[in-house]
Amino acid sequence: MKALMFGWEFPPHILGGLGTASYGLTKGMAECGDMDITFVIPKPWGDEPKDFARIIGANSTPVAWRDVNWDYVEGRIGKVMNPQTYFDLRDHIYSDFNYMNTNDLGCIEFSGRYPDNLLEEINNYSIVAGVIARTVDCDVIHSHDWLTYPAGIHAKQVTGKPLVIHVHATDFDRSRGKVNPTVFSIEKDGMNNADHIITVSNLTRQTVIEKYGISPDKVTTVHNAVEPLSQDLLDIEVPPKHDKVVTFLGRITMQKGPEYFVDAAWQVLQKVHNVQFVMAGSGDMMEKMIRLAARRHIAGRFHFTGFLKGRQVYEMLKASDVYIMPSVSEPFGISPLEAMQMGVPSIISKQSGCAEILNNVIKVDYWDTNAIADAIYSIIKYPGMYKQLREQGLEEVNQITWDRAGAKVIDIYKRLINR
Amino acid sequence: MKSICFYFQIHQPFRLKTYRFFDIGNDHYYYDDFANDEIITRIAQRSYMPANEMLLDMIKENGKKFKVAFSITGTALEQLEQYVPEFIDSMKELAETGCVEFLSETYAHSLSSLVDPEEFVSQVKAHDQKIYQLFGQRPKVFRNTELIYDDDIASMVASMGFKGAITDGAKHILGWKSPNYLYKAAPVPKLKLLLKNSKLSDDISFRFSNPEWAAYPLTADKYIDWIASLPEEEMLINLFMNYETFGELQPRESGIFEFMKALPRFASQHNIEFMTPSEVVSKMKPVGELSVMHPISWADEARDTSAWMGNILQDEAVNKLYCLSERIRLIEDKRIRQDWNYLQASDHFYYMSTKHSSDGSVHSHYSPYDSPYAAFTNYMNVLSDFLIRVREQFPEEVENEELNALLLTIRNQEKEIEELNREVELMRNNIVKDTTGDFAPKVEEKEQEPEKKTPEKKAAAKKAPAKKVGEKKTTTKKVAKK
Repeated sequence: MKALMFGWEFPPHILGGLGTASYGLTKGMAECGDMDITFVIPKPWGDEPKDFARIIGANSTPVAWRDVNWDYVEGRIGKVMNPQTYFDLRDHIYSDFNYMNTNDLGCIEFSGRYPDNLLEEINNYSIVAGVIARTVDCDVIHSHDWLTYPAGIHAKQVTGKPLVIHVHATDFDRSRGKVNPTVFSIEKDGMNNADHIITVSNLTRQTVIEKYGISPDKVTTVHNAVEPLSQDLLDIEVPPKHDKVVTFLGRITMQKGPEYFVDAAWQVLQKVHNVQFVMAGSGDMMEKMIRLAARRHIAGRFHFTGFLKGRQVYEMLKASDVYIMPSVSEPFGISPLEAMQMGVPSIISKQSGCAEILNNVIKVDYWDTNAIADAIYSIIKYPGMYKQLREQGLEEVNQITWDRAGAKVIDIYKRLINR
Repeated sequence: MKSICFYFQIHQPFRLKTYRFFDIGNDHYYYDDFANDEIITRIAQRSYMPANEMLLDMIKENGKKFKVAFSITGTALEQLEQYVPEFIDSMKELAETGCVEFLSETYAHSLSSLVDPEEFVSQVKAHDQKIYQLFGQRPKVFRNTELIYDDDIASMVASMGFKGAITDGAKHILGWKSPNYLYKAAPVPKLKLLLKNSKLSDDISFRFSNPEWAAYPLTADKYIDWIASLPEEEMLINLFMNYETFGELQPRESGIFEFMKALPRFASQHNIEFMTPSEVVSKMKPVGELSVMHPISWADEARDTSAWMGNILQDEAVNKLYCLSERIRLIEDKRIRQDWNYLQASDHFYYMSTKHSSDGSVHSHYSPYDSPYAAFTNYMNVLSDFLIRVREQFPEEVENEELNALLLTIRNQEKEIEELNREVELMRNNIVKDTTGDFAPKVEEKEQEPEKKTPEKKAAAKKAPAKKVGEKKTTTKKVAKK
């Protein structure tokens, strides 16, 4: 079966959970066998893993004819893409886009991030998708998150193949209800045009059905999973410490509920002293949180590390005794699973999608800071609690693998193709 | 002739209120009075009271041929006395018919039989005393918390003078054997064992009103036919269940009360009689020995003790609780002793079970907590406070060993006193023999007066160590105050 996937991020250059999830799912599907996957991203760097999917960069796809030779193309984009693909794509330019801002190869530049002119970039991405859809043979089209829905729709119109959209998050999650109408209309348009919608949790599925008015039989939940960690990361050693460490790790934004963490920390510190609280990450609420911690007179025990990436994340986790994710709304939330992989007991909000599949974590309402504080206290004070969560959590998270998620997605493809 | 032996269990724990870590050291009251009141009152109204009425009717109708046994935990009795006193009266009325037997068990529905033999014995005594006070019966047959049983427990039970014990007919113990016989305990053959017939018991308590069950609807006629058609040699059918079966697990409108009322009539048609456990123990002969190396219970599919002591949380909670037993034995503070009792209820540990299989869903059904982790956290917070209170009486600096030594001397003194008493009696007998030759040595009252003069020295010896104990006790208390 041949699938044409549109994504926005792909490891190792990722900005959030979307890239990790797209990668894991693609790999999991490849492991199920008999899959030929083409994965389109705006701006590949060349060091993406290519063994289970063919990567096409939107910024290496010509939309305007340029008379260039093989060597020139190889020199320009050889490390990202096979030059032959460039020429194949060039044969399928469907309109003259010379009026657009194109480069020496006839390609549109992409940032591959979330720039201010994001909407323009989304539009360009969909223009490029028209060329790719005409070139790459596929049985099904799969769009990851709202940025790529217009591209998916375009590809569907060109090929007539069924479109699956994968809802990793909705704007209701990101904005705590204050939805951006433009984003909403893009999302809604994607959902209306999709032949099937995959959501990463039942929570998101409910949002799609209720807030976007989609028929329930068109929406299926496929929970995310995690990649096993490399031994190198598991073996990270951290210097011995005297205090217990409670860690919040993620973007410091409204969606992640950082203020509830500060409040719970304040409660715990009234009673226990040998504990440190860490807020790792960055975001628009960071300064507010620093002020809040100071106002609560716990700044001495409350630390901000700034944005952590790569190995730093795992070093932080390894040094932690408790991981906490009090998200107000979390479509899935992959990071508690990573904490569990590192053997860190986790506290997550019931409003997180991953709460649907996890048993050996503490689940609380994000606003219930009393319950959060109680849970933190219990884990750092009662060794049985720590040990049970650590050991059972590890065992549980090791069962949550991408090939199972992949198999579910393939089932959905088959249903659509045989319809 | 076949016999049916009914036994009903009544138990309610003292549920804990939400106890936050801020409360540790500040709030020494642990119980959710509202929930405890609400639950027991509801169950009593829906189940216990109408079921008692039903039993009373059945006994009256059947001219005392219908008999049953009850096991009611101390904690349930306390709650019933407090919240539903009319139930105690109704139970007394049942007791007066002479057709109801009360069984022995641990006062607090505790796991002490597995962890702390000494605590176990004292709880059993406390429970039986409570039964005697309320219903005027001294229990003769023992049933442990959740029918937990193994060879060690058998020995303890037998040494307390019980003639019989009740446990589960767990398949991995019985193998090809049938539970429908009387057995005896391998380590102490004088202890007879009654085994629960799980299939027939659960037909009533779990499947009765289930329309998806192949045998639905179950009628008294059909049920007695099943029993009558068992092999002729299988004479004893032990039907053990929760008393909530009537009216709560099986709602009134399912016809469970009518079903029960009709049983005796069909039973007498098939010449089947009803017996209480102690009648079974005295009238029937055991067919063989049962040896149980690892503890069994009537819970879950595994029929073991993993529902209470099966994960790290439960192990920590149980250990932390029972490492206090030595200290608590030296404490006379009534509230501490009461909390000690209530905190031992096996239910608290049951709520911490993390079995996620089909068993797990039963667990969560009964639990007042969201998750086993919440149950553990709350319990440990309470226990932390309790620990502080115990420490106030006996600080940590007093080593357990020291306490043990103290306890040992006290116990030894008891033994010593007993021995000396015996000696005194012997001597006394020798002296009195001439005048009243036939006097049994045990009748002490009359003899105590004349004999006092002769063994003066012994009496002095008797007192001396006793004083020492007192002194030591006070010294430890002084340490505590420091």
